[in-house]
Amino acid sequence: MVDEATKRTLAAIPLLKTRAGPRDKDQWVGRLKEELVSLIKYVENNKKQDNDWFRLESNKEGTRWFGKCWYVHNLLKYEFDVEFDIPVTYPGTAPEIALPELDGKTAKMYRGGKICLTDHFKPLWARNVPKFGIAHAMALGLGPWLAVEIPDLVEKGIIVHKEKTSSE
Amino acid sequence: MANQTASLIEENQQLKAKIQELEDALAKKSAQHRVKITTMSSEVVDSNPYSRLMALKRMGIVKNYEDIRHYTVAIVGVGGVGSVTAEMLTRCGIGKLILFDYDKVELANMNRLFFRPDQSGMSKVEASEATLRDINPDVEFETHNYNITKVDKYDHFVGRIKSGGLQGKPVDLVLSCVDNFEARMAINMACNEINQMWIESGVSENAVSGHIQVVIPGQTSCFACAPPLVVADNIDEKTLKREGVCAASLPTTMGIVAGFLVQNTLKHLLQFGSVTHYLGYNAMKDYFPTMALKPNPHCDDSFCLIRQEEYQQYLAENPPEAESEDPTEDVVHESNEWGITLVDETPESEKKEELDPDLAKGLARAYDMPSVEQVRILVKDSTESQQETEEPVSLEELQSRLKGL
Ligand SMILES: [Zn+2]
Repeated sequence: MVDEATKRTLAAIPLLKTRAGPRDKDQWVGRLKEELVSLIKYVENNKKQDNDWFRLESNKEGTRWFGKCWYVHNLLKYEFDVEFDIPVTYPGTAPEIALPELDGKTAKMYRGGKICLTDHFKPLWARNVPKFGIAHAMALGLGPWLAVEIPDLVEKGIIVHKEKTSSE
Repeated sequence: MANQTASLIEENQQLKAKIQELEDALAKKSAQHRVKITTMSSEVVDSNPYSRLMALKRMGIVKNYEDIRHYTVAIVGVGGVGSVTAEMLTRCGIGKLILFDYDKVELANMNRLFFRPDQSGMSKVEASEATLRDINPDVEFETHNYNITKVDKYDHFVGRIKSGGLQGKPVDLVLSCVDNFEARMAINMACNEINQMWIESGVSENAVSGHIQVVIPGQTSCFACAPPLVVADNIDEKTLKREGVCAASLPTTMGIVAGFLVQNTLKHLLQFGSVTHYLGYNAMKDYFPTMALKPNPHCDDSFCLIRQEEYQQYLAENPPEAESEDPTEDVVHESNEWGITLVDETPESEKKEELDPDLAKGLARAYDMPSVEQVRILVKDSTESQQETEEPVSLEELQSRLKGL
């Protein structure tokens, strides 16, 4: 199940209320604003707790998202590009977060570098439509995935630390 | 000098012979491509690819087998299940196939049927079309190499379902052979909106169970009416090792599910036998649960509700003939006369308003959903607690604030 730390993190992320997807024109703008408010708050919370771990931005329409995420393991920082599209069925279904550069490097991924989510993620998302947004998908999906997979990939030598990364 | 000339002449002759050999092989190969056949014949000769199918008519199983040439089927997802489905329908002589997939053929797919190692790197739809056209040139093909859940592709997808059939008609049936929830929901959304019948199919991530589910908008449960059904596979979650893998797959389970899917497609299009709303497959026990599924009057999909209303209206104007008390049960396909099904025999006492009808033995929902009452309370709570975030900030301002963090 979801651990206590994740529960606390989730509780601090503002919930959303507009049930609208990218095909809903005006209502989508409202939803997008809620997404942004929620994401800004989440990143600010992370910074405050010295657990800053991703940056995201989107195209003008808010349908395509991209940015960076990173994970610190043994004092070394491993950074990856992150990207996803908002599906036409959003927010009924969660976005499928992808780390394209890790595609093919781990079995815990679907084609295109989409991360494999736990059995708990989808039910949790479904029960919280439309209250969960992108920030929740990051906290519940990508965060725990990195925490499990990156140390494993490093141990196996599949990913190596790059000398200097651009952010920070 | 003479010696050298002699050896050159010899080499020249050898090369000529080799060229002739290759040309012969090539000519033989292209002669194997059969020509198009204008009308399906039931003549039993070894050159007629349809003789055994047309025999279904002679045996009284199907009234008008050749009608299959008037039908168009759209297949979304041409992977382990979809490619085999496409091959079966091609061999059956379907009129037209429209294929959707955004993936490429990989060596990692070779534990499944249909694709060959030499097709690695080709798009799945392109590789499929090449093989299928070779198998049966009478079938018309249309392929689309994109992800239907993307905002900029979805409308095109819906358009092809609406008018991609023969002579610009709507397709006759959509088959979902995708491997993820998002794509299933996108197909469901599209089909509810344009009132299109479709059949969902799936194989579990542990490869030992599968199912097909018929969705007739307004008449049967849509994919958003309730959490997905899962076939109980009698595997203890604790002994199931998920470490290090997302999904397993077997050509057997996929082939069986494709077989179910095409069998019911043929039964529906050519009107023989009966089509069950849900057919599950538990490979561990060789168990096949079946059941009818009613739509949820509280479905989240607004078009599902509209279709339900239309269907109730239709029933009021065209009351079903006697017997079937319950209008949602197999009106189109008459009664279910098989003795072996476990179709829900819901007692009258349970006809109350409920989110989930009694499930057949061996079936469960993937997860529970809060009741309608609970949802109302939750929504109220969140609207109250959210008031503070309601500040008059523009979208652009918020976007640049996020970017500037
Ligand atoms: Zn529905």
